[in-house]
Amino acid sequence: MARKKKAQEAGPKALNVDLTKDEQLKVRELLGREPNEVEWGMIDIMWSEHCSYKSSRPSLKLLPTAGERVLLGPGFDSGIVDIGKGWGVAFKIETHNHPSAIDPYGGSATGIGGIVRDILAVGAFPVCFLDSLHFGSLESPHSQWLFRYVVKGVGDYGNCIGVPTTAGEIQFDESFERNCLVNVACAGFVKHDEIVKGDAKDVGDILILVGGSTGRDGVHGVTFASRNLDEASEEDRPAVQIPDPFTKKLIIDACSEAYGAKLVKAMKDLGGGGLTCASSEMAHKGKKGARIDISKVMVREKGMSPYDMLLSESQERMLFSTDKARLNSLLAIFKKYSLPHAVIGEITGDRNLTVVNGKEQIVCLPTHILAEVPVVERAKKEPKREKEHASVPEPKGIEPLLLKMLSSENICSRRWVYQQYDHEVGDRSAIKAGNGDASVMLAPNGGAVAFTSDSNSTHCHVDPYEGSVGVIAEALRNITASGARAISIVDNLSFGNPEKPEVFWSFHESVRGIADAAKAFETPCVGGNVSFYNEDDVTKLAIKPAPVIVMLGMMEDRGDMRTPALAEGDSIVVLGLTKPEMGGSEYHRVVHRTLAGEVPKVDLKLEKKTADFVLSNLDKISALHDCSKGGLLVALAEMCISGKIGAETDSSKVLSKCKRFDELAFSESHGRYIIGTKEPERLVAEAKKKGIDAAVIGKASGGKFVFGSYSWGLEDLFDSWEFSMWKVMGGKP
Amino acid sequence: MIAVIRFPGSNCDLDAVHALGEVVGVPVELVWHENFKPSRYGGVILPGGFSYGDHLRGGVIAAFSPAMEGVKEMAEQGKPVLGICNGFQTLLEAELLPGALLKNEDLYFKCKWVNLKVESTESFFTKRMKAGSVFRIPIAHGEGRYFISDDGYRELEKNKQIVFRYVDDSGRPAEQSNPNGSFYNIAGIRNKGGNVLGMMPHPERASEAILGGEGGKPILEAFKSQGL
Repeated sequence: MARKKKAQEAGPKALNVDLTKDEQLKVRELLGREPNEVEWGMIDIMWSEHCSYKSSRPSLKLLPTAGERVLLGPGFDSGIVDIGKGWGVAFKIETHNHPSAIDPYGGSATGIGGIVRDILAVGAFPVCFLDSLHFGSLESPHSQWLFRYVVKGVGDYGNCIGVPTTAGEIQFDESFERNCLVNVACAGFVKHDEIVKGDAKDVGDILILVGGSTGRDGVHGVTFASRNLDEASEEDRPAVQIPDPFTKKLIIDACSEAYGAKLVKAMKDLGGGGLTCASSEMAHKGKKGARIDISKVMVREKGMSPYDMLLSESQERMLFSTDKARLNSLLAIFKKYSLPHAVIGEITGDRNLTVVNGKEQIVCLPTHILAEVPVVERAKKEPKREKEHASVPEPKGIEPLLLKMLSSENICSRRWVYQQYDHEVGDRSAIKAGNGDASVMLAPNGGAVAFTSDSNSTHCHVDPYEGSVGVIAEALRNITASGARAISIVDNLSFGNPEKPEVFWSFHESVRGIADAAKAFETPCVGGNVSFYNEDDVTKLAIKPAPVIVMLGMMEDRGDMRTPALAEGDSIVVLGLTKPEMGGSEYHRVVHRTLAGEVPKVDLKLEKKTADFVLSNLDKISALHDCSKGGLLVALAEMCISGKIGAETDSSKVLSKCKRFDELAFSESHGRYIIGTKEPERLVAEAKKKGIDAAVIGKASGGKFVFGSYSWGLEDLFDSWEFSMWKVMGGKP
Repeated sequence: MIAVIRFPGSNCDLDAVHALGEVVGVPVELVWHENFKPSRYGGVILPGGFSYGDHLRGGVIAAFSPAMEGVKEMAEQGKPVLGICNGFQTLLEAELLPGALLKNEDLYFKCKWVNLKVESTESFFTKRMKAGSVFRIPIAHGEGRYFISDDGYRELEKNKQIVFRYVDDSGRPAEQSNPNGSFYNIAGIRNKGGNVLGMMPHPERASEAILGGEGGKPILEAFKSQGL
């Protein structure tokens, strides 16, 4: 690692760690002695922001994590939520931002590879991925390069291991030019009685390392991820791991067989922090210790030092623990799949992590020093916000504007991306990528589950609290619009350098928003990830705040599935009120190049009430779409495109507080759904009874989309929306 | 009993087992490639997805698995053999079918639904389908561009070995409807005996209305006659 070498060259006394002076003192105080070089390395990674959440923990405590459906909350490799009839869904999200900014293909592929291990580690069988990707402007060649290879990395890895990437989102914004964001989520199904935890509770249980061999790749990956990028970052390429999806697929099949035969007692994946993190956390969670002989570890190259072996983040490795009685049956499964494996140690009663190399003791650290890292109090300061009202000229006609909005990089069809992902393998994808507001997967309990991932860095930049509330409200609408009931979330919070009070203030406000909304929507947060230091020291560019929410919904009756596709004869009803809330809107960004103004505000009670109303009236609803980015006009056009049918709508019927036509058309007010229905009057009457704004605005028919005095041919809408990404990125549609 | 062979890294194996067993209702068994005993089975599926991580190229390592000797034996006995996607690649590499599959013309992996036209009903798998009929079915591959020499193509034509072609909505094998640049829009071929079929699209993903359509179901239903 380039930077580490520099530190070493600075002199024999200079400590080779990223820890601050205060943290070094604290380590000596807790341990009561000077750690040796290997121990410093292990403490350095475990105390990194990435592994320890030392800055974010106090804020994260705000999040609601309990609920009657929560089977496993935060603190384990992934959370698990009950979906009924003895089945649960494990899901988790992580970023691989820093590696992907340097090596987009390897970075994104190993991101996918890492998140799937978290699902495996709790005993679940992985069934889908979601990816939430953020890049600089699509016009920038550097962003195109990152985009092309991030997508290829996700595709090549996911396709090979046979886990479909069924949903996701992509946002383009100049602030992600150097620091692209690669958030990947994975979900899996698990029977309640087959859940495995990462806690080794029984002394004498055996530790088995399985999968890829340990090499020098990824050494100090987490400390690399806990710093800003700069010119030397290119030299950090060895901190990016090497993907091997074939081995991962064998691990998935072996795990599945081992769980079925109940051969596993505890398990951890080797991700950030490698063997150090997995072994210390497994022992610490079980209130025990562990003894590891690193001479037993399968290595990729000769001459690796204990330091490299303990800190390596080589991919495709899992740590299993089981008792002596079941050991041989477990090893037989690894042999069947030709998976390299080694018995490397055992669980001890002393609460220390002891590492030996043959007979020589290398490390002996209390597990709490590695697993319980002191919190760092960060200063918060509200930055100057672009709150003032943006006065933009009112356009003369909106015909060309809708086409421009539909072809905008943030709204246009994502088919160029998801067509590269095998999004159907597994025979569970009922509402497929591109066909609905959420991905709906058939569940083994006879029902179905829905997933969506949402973010809005523009709104969160203008107002991190309201913006974050808005993100989770949008997720709620997406899940609801698929016909499912939202039951839980995981979050991924990507921000700049938390040592800057303005950045930390944004982070804290964002968490506060997520917490308030998650409580109101009864969707507890069962896991998540924080990624700080998404800044570039060369261009002095920090990313806009990018909290990403992945929401899980469930439906007991598969007949409840809905998509936005309008059909001939559907009446069109708009639920909710359109307000002139234009700050941070895609319309302002694309057409007027400004982010100023107030962002849309969520009425939490009304939002929840509206979602509940939609779900209890599904029998009257044939098409259903959430209204958010791009506003009402874009959402209506998308429903026409999806149903391959035109619509005649009367703009004056839309319930609105807007004085201007462009605001009515493109406002991103929350709480709105567009519905295709055969019973418009009954639906509107029921809504009004509940105190929800609702109006019939027209009918689906013909080959033209009419909105007030404006009209568009269906083909023009389709061409604008469908092909703009292909035009930039190439390939045959 | 029908066998679905699992090679290391196979990933549409469970889908084939599901579609055959739970949707079509044919007794089916997932068989680890090292344990495959051909005499026990009335037919066999080489599943889609990947095998051995598709190192080198799709299906090539699986073609050298001892299980393929058993598959050849079954093919020679006239038992039905279906290779889907990666299984098609394996059948070509094992020379049970002629031709080769190259990387898609535009070099992108493609997962999408396409139209397929039944070109030949003189095969075990299509004898109950209507000649010239068009159905919807998904593809998901990076190496699906079927290629064969001109002589080889004439031979296929003569023996009616071309079973499926990619077509547009009106049933024509148009350039626009060819997702991967396959020679003459070829999507699936059979052996001369008609009992071995290789195809790039996934019938196991097109057998249930809730997953998007049932157009591919008749292909799997053909196994019913071999079921027990």
